[in-house]
Amino acid sequence: MQTAFEPDLVFAALADATRRDIVLRALGGREGVVELASHYPMSFAAVQKHVAVLERAGLVTKTRIGRRKVVRTEIEALRHARGLLDQYEALWRGRIDRMTDLIAASRGTRT
Amino acid sequence: MTVTAVHKDPAALTMTLVAEFDAPPERVWELWADPRQLERWWGPPTYPATFTRHDLAPGSRVEYHMTGPSGDQPRGYWDVVEADPPRRLVFIDGFANDDGTPNDAFPRNEGRVTIEPIHAGRSRMSIESRFPSIEAMEQVLAMGMEEGLTQAVGQIDAILAEGAAA
Repeated sequence: MQTAFEPDLVFAALADATRRDIVLRALGGREGVVELASHYPMSFAAVQKHVAVLERAGLVTKTRIGRRKVVRTEIEALRHARGLLDQYEALWRGRIDRMTDLIAASRGTRT
Repeated sequence: MTVTAVHKDPAALTMTLVAEFDAPPERVWELWADPRQLERWWGPPTYPATFTRHDLAPGSRVEYHMTGPSGDQPRGYWDVVEADPPRRLVFIDGFANDDGTPNDAFPRNEGRVTIEPIHAGRSRMSIESRFPSIEAMEQVLAMGMEEGLTQAVGQIDAILAEGAAA
């Protein structure tokens, strides 16, 4: 199932350390919820809830492999978030360049 | 290279950028405190900014608009939270209605600016931006897209790198 990119859901989902860890572990897409749950000192139900939050945000999907269902990370959603930060960085780099030019210009006239 | 460090956290939606200037803090502060200088760098060449109200005293409101290539004029404002010339400025940056009043329909972001002397007339400025949601970031970027699109590709963090290898 393809989930539309919902920015606020994505960032809310990524705001939790356990969920970020699940996103990392699910990159390979080899473990189901039961195996994932074994890595954390919390109940299966709690881990299941975290996976559901990630699923709603489109960050992970459950895929059937034979008789098992594995959790797999959708890296496009992560990439989109990262892309926005990169653009914001570019905007500030432009501002810093212009600030530098202004300082250089004023030094030139104050000799 | 004047930008010396950038830290981006996609999960927490923050970006911290550190730059060094060949000028003392007082000179760098002027770039924020003098609206005529501020409008020469705040907006990209395709979206120049005009500051119509400007006072950096804590509690003051700064008002500005940008002028886009098609004549569109998105309006913004800052609420100054802290100001300690020439060292520190904290402000909330928001979008405004045509009459200059804050447009609460849009999220706001917080900017924390710190300027410190390094040595022999040089200074270091760090700017930390914190966004409440990705939507807020998208709206800020809509007014500087030209620059955003010329960004270097790359800078893919550990998660993405690991994802490509998996």
